Amino acid sequence: MKPFSLIRPASLDEARAAVTAAPEHVLRAGGVDLIDQMKEGLARPSALVELRTVSDAPALRELARDGDGAWSLGALVTLAQLAAASEFGAELAALREAAGSAATPSIRSMATLGGNLLQRPRCWYYRHAELVCLKKGGSHCLAINGDHRYHAILGGGPSWIVHPSTLASALLALDARVELAGAEARALPIAELFVGPKEDATREHRLAPGEILTRVTIPAAAPGQRSAYEAVKEKQSHDWPLAEVAVNVTVESGTIKAARVALGHVAPIPWRAEAAEAALVGQQPSAALIERAAAAATEGAKPLKRNAYKIPLTRGLVRATLHRALEVASPA
Amino acid sequence: MSKRSGITRRGLFRGIGTATLVAGCATPKAPPPEGPAQTPPVTPGVTLGPGPAPLQFELNGQAVTTEVPPSATLLDTLRLRLDATGTKKVCDRGSCGACMVLVDGQPQNSCMTLAHDVAGRKVTTVEGLGAGHDGGQSPLQRAFVERDALQCGFCTPGMLISCTALLARTGGAAPSADAIQDAISGNLCRCGTYPHVVAAVKSAAGGGA
Repeated sequence: MKPFSLIRPASLDEARAAVTAAPEHVLRAGGVDLIDQMKEGLARPSALVELRTVSDAPALRELARDGDGAWSLGALVTLAQLAAASEFGAELAALREAAGSAATPSIRSMATLGGNLLQRPRCWYYRHAELVCLKKGGSHCLAINGDHRYHAILGGGPSWIVHPSTLASALLALDARVELAGAEARALPIAELFVGPKEDATREHRLAPGEILTRVTIPAAAPGQRSAYEAVKEKQSHDWPLAEVAVNVTVESGTIKAARVALGHVAPIPWRAEAAEAALVGQQPSAALIERAAAAATEGAKPLKRNAYKIPLTRGLVRATLHRALEVASPA
Repeated sequence: MSKRSGITRRGLFRGIGTATLVAGCATPKAPPPEGPAQTPPVTPGVTLGPGPAPLQFELNGQAVTTEVPPSATLLDTLRLRLDATGTKKVCDRGSCGACMVLVDGQPQNSCMTLAHDVAGRKVTTVEGLGAGHDGGQSPLQRAFVERDALQCGFCTPGMLISCTALLARTGGAAPSADAIQDAISGNLCRCGTYPHVVAAVKSAAGGGA
């Protein structure tokens, strides 16, 4: 790694000042993806600004529910904490399951919620220090004519990366919002945090320079709300998903009142399958309904030459998560 | 740290290859044990580096004082400056688990940890697991030998760290096979000795296998 300074700010304002002091100053939370990029030469900061030494912003470390039942999850909460959060009920099962499915036990104890949402893509062309792909200022996405077995089937072009955040799929399904500290504090629905390649292929999130993601909030659950998460990987332990699905459904008096179906690792941004949601809302849960919703989930998919396998894989995951969340027995 | 007696492969290579470098790299060695480590907590408001900066922590029960730049990983600091070569460097990207150590009892990939992250904390490497046990081996280490839980042995230091932490969490009670498999899910063994590792952990916990 290129030599760098380690700045340990005591307050969030000091952290913001240090990050804005120079473009080569980078904020560090758990640092897992950051150190990886620095070892590969993809990131060459002159200073790392430690978020973990900030002591005047308790919200950064909070994992708490307010009186109305809304959750506040600090940016420094680790994946291990989320995976072990026994206080999460059936409504937040998707988040607990997603956090427990990512990476390894030891990485989960370092990796943070904020870092997971803001990590860079895993595309092997992007991660290769010698290759200049579209994301690094090149003329085109090298995945189109390359080995794109892990790339996007939905929302692709002009870059076909898949968004790497597993927590994002669950949080998108849970209608989470993100809070940002900056020149002015602001909050966004999580879907608006992400930038698709048609808007700007060189970045994946909308944070302005010097802005710090401080926490994620999740609205209070409705009665009868349940969620679930499933992923398929080449290796079921410790691997990146080929596809992943988080669903969040509210059933009232036998009818589905609300539904969110979020897909991960199939599109450059965490992807809402709105056609699947529309198929579910107002209906009574049944195996036939779930089958229709699963088929609708990949509507509009445009696979590349070698990744069409992700279409049936994603449909199968939508089916499995919906059967679990809606408590409909799977057909034999 | 333990001193090896006689000629070892590593000692021989080190003697041949690095004799001329020694003068230029006066590595501060761990001081002799003299009670608990003086462990200053990390002070906010301080900037370290980019050159070498003083670092103190506890390594296998001994206070360590050294000086490394912020860019030094804990793994490289252990192996290259502190002579604690039991911890292995394989992928260097947090994927294989060969570099795992305990930081305040928690398994951590030392390759993705900066040395300065452990300022004032307690680090245990595989060299420290046998301390205080008969024959210098913990029951888990003996079980690894008895159950043939290693072939080439390169993943073994990391496996032992993960499994030691697991047994600490269960209070020594035998974990289920699922719990053991989950605990070692970040430790790659290309020889494929996983079933023997599971058997060794159960056996060390007195649960048979």
